[in-house]
Amino acid sequence: MTDKDVFQTIEDVLLENERTDVIAPLEGATDREGTAGAGGAGGEGGAPRNDAADSAPRPRSLVSRRSTSDTVFQTVAYTAGATTVGIMLLVGLFLTLRAGSALQVAGPSFLWTQEWSPETQNFGIAAVLFGTVTVALVALCTGFPLAFGTALLLSEVVRGTLRSFMISLVDLMAAVPSIVFGLWGVFFLQDAMIPVARWISHYFSFIPIFAVTGENGETLTEASAFTSSAFIAGIVVGLMVVPTQASVMREAFSQAPIGEREGAFALGGTRWGMIRAVVLPFGRGGIIGGTMLGLGRALGETIAVYMIISPVFTINWQVLKTGTNSISALIALRYGEASEFGLSALMAAGLVLFIITLIVNFTASTIVARSRSGAESQ
Amino acid sequence: MTTTYEHPAGDGLLDDTMTEELDALEFDDSETDSDSDSDHGGAAPTVIPSSEGIEIGPRRGLHAVTIDEKFNIIGALAGGMAFSTLLFGWIAPLTGAIGWFIIAYVAFIGIYLLLVAVRADRQEVKDKLATVLMVSAGTILVGALVFIAIYTLARGRDAVLHLNFFTETMKTTGPLDPLTSGGILHAVVGTLIQISIALAITIPLGVTTAVFLNEVGGKFARFVRTISDAMTALPSIVAGLFIYAAVIQLVTHERSGFAASLAITVMMLPIVIRASDVVLRLVPGNLREASYALGTTRWRTVWHVVLPTARSGLVTAVILGTARGIGETSPVLLTSGVTAVMNVNPFSGPMISLPLQVFDFVRSPEPNMVARGFGTAAVLILLVLTLFIVARMIGGKGPGQLSDRQRRNARAESMRDLHRITILEDRVARGDYPSRPSASASAPAPTPAPATTPEE
Repeated sequence: MTDKDVFQTIEDVLLENERTDVIAPLEGATDREGTAGAGGAGGEGGAPRNDAADSAPRPRSLVSRRSTSDTVFQTVAYTAGATTVGIMLLVGLFLTLRAGSALQVAGPSFLWTQEWSPETQNFGIAAVLFGTVTVALVALCTGFPLAFGTALLLSEVVRGTLRSFMISLVDLMAAVPSIVFGLWGVFFLQDAMIPVARWISHYFSFIPIFAVTGENGETLTEASAFTSSAFIAGIVVGLMVVPTQASVMREAFSQAPIGEREGAFALGGTRWGMIRAVVLPFGRGGIIGGTMLGLGRALGETIAVYMIISPVFTINWQVLKTGTNSISALIALRYGEASEFGLSALMAAGLVLFIITLIVNFTASTIVARSRSGAESQ
Repeated sequence: MTTTYEHPAGDGLLDDTMTEELDALEFDDSETDSDSDSDHGGAAPTVIPSSEGIEIGPRRGLHAVTIDEKFNIIGALAGGMAFSTLLFGWIAPLTGAIGWFIIAYVAFIGIYLLLVAVRADRQEVKDKLATVLMVSAGTILVGALVFIAIYTLARGRDAVLHLNFFTETMKTTGPLDPLTSGGILHAVVGTLIQISIALAITIPLGVTTAVFLNEVGGKFARFVRTISDAMTALPSIVAGLFIYAAVIQLVTHERSGFAASLAITVMMLPIVIRASDVVLRLVPGNLREASYALGTTRWRTVWHVVLPTARSGLVTAVILGTARGIGETSPVLLTSGVTAVMNVNPFSGPMISLPLQVFDFVRSPEPNMVARGFGTAAVLILLVLTLFIVARMIGGKGPGQLSDRQRRNARAESMRDLHRITILEDRVARGDYPSRPSASASAPAPTPAPATTPEE
């Protein structure tokens, strides 16, 4: 074996291939292959090409003609996809168009006006938007610890039948109608939470948001001052968004690699040590994304909030105090009595809600998708 | 290239029996060495020591909870409850069951940590704290769910136990009438009609879109996926408002069941698309590739391979979407209108559904109406629960996972095929069946025919 005979680089191989006449020895076989290949590549409708009789070897065309059934299938599939997109775009477009007339009248003051009286052309979403965000934040404060703990419990602690049973229960909770949560909130939770709200306001009133004061700044203690508050609505909504958050987080946690987990245990870590060192860093995207998906749901929640709160059109900083509002509750409250212009104003409010939830959800799904491994994202 | 290695037999640390065992192993090894040589190159072969003569003790439980830990939990629970009962109403004007529960819980955590800290170091205390917090989060969540369901069922019992609740409408029943009159038949019928129309639109459109996302792919499919993900964020009230302004105000000029089903469709569609998309993604790629390798078209692969494999998952996706659609209240509130009479025509006149009926009942201050509201909510929750259980039973398995019976059938069928294709032919070819020479000539002839005819 001399050095010359050994291929040193890939260029040598390519050069050698170029020199070798690869087509010539196959010439006898091309007849047969050409016919079979053209028949196969042509698909069902394609007739076998007859030019195989030509003795000149010719590269086979690998482009297959699409069959009729495939064409129909592709068209139908494209249409379905386009319809879905169309519905979504129609919603956005319609909201924008119909909101236009109200937004033109209100101008930028739409964003910082608190009252809502389209009849007098004095309306804005400052108060309702503030209420929406308050309820959603209370919901997050309630929901996040529950979702986080449950997700960790399901992915790290319980095993076997109990685990799959609990996962089913959490999924079931996502399917419970919001009106049932609303009923429970109005008829049970409200009365049960008033003492707690009163206790918080009594001991933590030095924090402005927990104080409950009347018109003249006096501290209120009677039970009626604590009903129908953003606090109670937020707790109910918080319970409703837990399943969404928990399932996203659990999925992210269970993707933490087994090698690192075992490594942490092999170094003598406790389970919590392993979770802190391995699971939480790997699941960070899932935690943030899941929380934000929950936030998106909390912002749009209508009927439970509508049943619990008593609507006011002023910014209420005191979460424990009676009276708050939300965009969705406003729409549910006013759509019936709305004139053409009033409906346009409601559309504008709906558009704002739509844009906010869209932004929150897009951010969330981007974070979740980015935190996944590359194989799964598409 | 023979593999040799030293065994530590000669170093005097092992007793005689072990040495003998190792010798025997070495002997075995050298016997097989010659033919297994090429397989594992220069590496030493794995030696499995014989377990003969070694006594196997009782299996140790690795996750057993020691009695010490049990007493920590029980003691802390008892202590927490006692502490809460003692201090209740003493430290604060805190009253009510929830207040007692919160104090008991905080006291429980404190006492438990103290008890653990008596015998464990800081790391273990942290671990125990984290575990107990996780378990309590799960318990609170499951407890809340069970409590909500039981509370609704218990308060709805009064109304549900009267048979007329399911056979009458509210046409002639006023708010003050007793529970023995009036019912929710019209709402049940309305829900069924609305969800049927919504499903008739959602199932074909949703599943086809999911197929499009998975099987066709491309840039546009990615765009569709993004949009349908964004659609899951659509607040239900906005969907209702859209239908109200686009359909009711512009086209029909009255509220109707059909408008409500359109609103439900807008809500259900992204749920079904997303769930079906996930299920279709789980279909193993090699099934598709095998199908393509047989020369099938894309459509045939979808129809005969992908969809049947994912069938149970798709059914689950649709049922879960239905469960969500049935419970939607706010879009229906804007679009279907409230009525107390039966209306079976979805295209004209208001048509009430179960969630909206609940909403309408509990707006009244009359206790009987509230009881009816809870009864309707109980019906609704039972309906959702039934759908959910059915979905779990159908779709508990992943795509391609078969039940025992299905697996037996599939195996029997493949054995038949195998027998038909190979074994019989082989034997005929070998001349095992000289009495049936026509078998080899006639058997292949009909086989390609059924294989090609369904293809076209």
